[in-house]
Amino acid sequence: MIAHAIFFYIFSFIAVISAVMVTVSKNTVHSVFFLILDFISISCLFIMIGAEFLGMIMLIVYVGAVAVLFLFVVMMLNVAHQKNTFFKSTHGSRHIPIGLLVSLIIFFELVIVVGGWKYKPDLINSISLEISEVSNTHSIGYVLYTDYIHLFQLSGMILLVAMIGAIILTYRKREGLKRQSYFSQISREKGDGVDLVDVEKNKGVKIDV
Amino acid sequence: MFEIGLGHYLTLGAVIFTIGVVGIFLNRKNIIVILMSIELILLSVNINLVSFSIFINDLSGQIFTLFILTVAAAEAAIGLAIIVVYYRNAGSIRVEEIDKLKG
Repeated sequence: MIAHAIFFYIFSFIAVISAVMVTVSKNTVHSVFFLILDFISISCLFIMIGAEFLGMIMLIVYVGAVAVLFLFVVMMLNVAHQKNTFFKSTHGSRHIPIGLLVSLIIFFELVIVVGGWKYKPDLINSISLEISEVSNTHSIGYVLYTDYIHLFQLSGMILLVAMIGAIILTYRKREGLKRQSYFSQISREKGDGVDLVDVEKNKGVKIDV
Repeated sequence: MFEIGLGHYLTLGAVIFTIGVVGIFLNRKNIIVILMSIELILLSVNINLVSFSIFINDLSGQIFTLFILTVAAAEAAIGLAIIVVYYRNAGSIRVEEIDKLKG
């Protein structure tokens, strides 16, 4: 139990510090790296608490795909050199105090909710989907493909729409580019390419191209 | 102190959520950092769902975390595509230079 507490505090400390560094670090590439560190420590917390499948999925999806996507975009757009002027800018920035005020209010509301939070007495007894003796991945698989199959397919549709949308947004037709056309290559016939000309003596042949 | 309960995880989620909101409000740099703050907010929601799911002994929280993960990945892809298109058109993605709508 002591070890559990120690590891919880270590991982949550790393998570909070790296979350702060994501927002305040000067370089955008450093922000992406701190985001990766944040995801890794949170997934360590998930594995520690007993949700191994979600921890691994967090590692694969977030660190392996989303954060790498962020890195690609940061490097492609060449914005890493833009220095972070966190509190001062060229224009007068009047939204800083209001932003701080609203975030403080949000934080204190959350603290009040967490501090005054209690179990509803019969909450524990709700056995809708009890985690049984099989492993976490097994039990998620039992539920995900039976009870939640429509939501699962719907999330697949969301991913499809996102993929098509991203391709359509960033697709650009470039001029002056010669592409290979398989259809016109295959459907070309002898009459299109070969022309027989009767040549008279001592006269040349005029070729129109 | 050494008994890690649900409250600890909820506090961690609250702290990361607030950091994400502050990152959106106080950002003066580029929109990519705002997208990363949105990812932080979704991450804190995931922490809350998973910890409730474990402590209440109910699997639905983890299922919903999976769906949030899906939506977060789709949102990141679409948002980054929009940012790339905007950079191609305007040449800059600094937050203070994006003022076409006079906001």
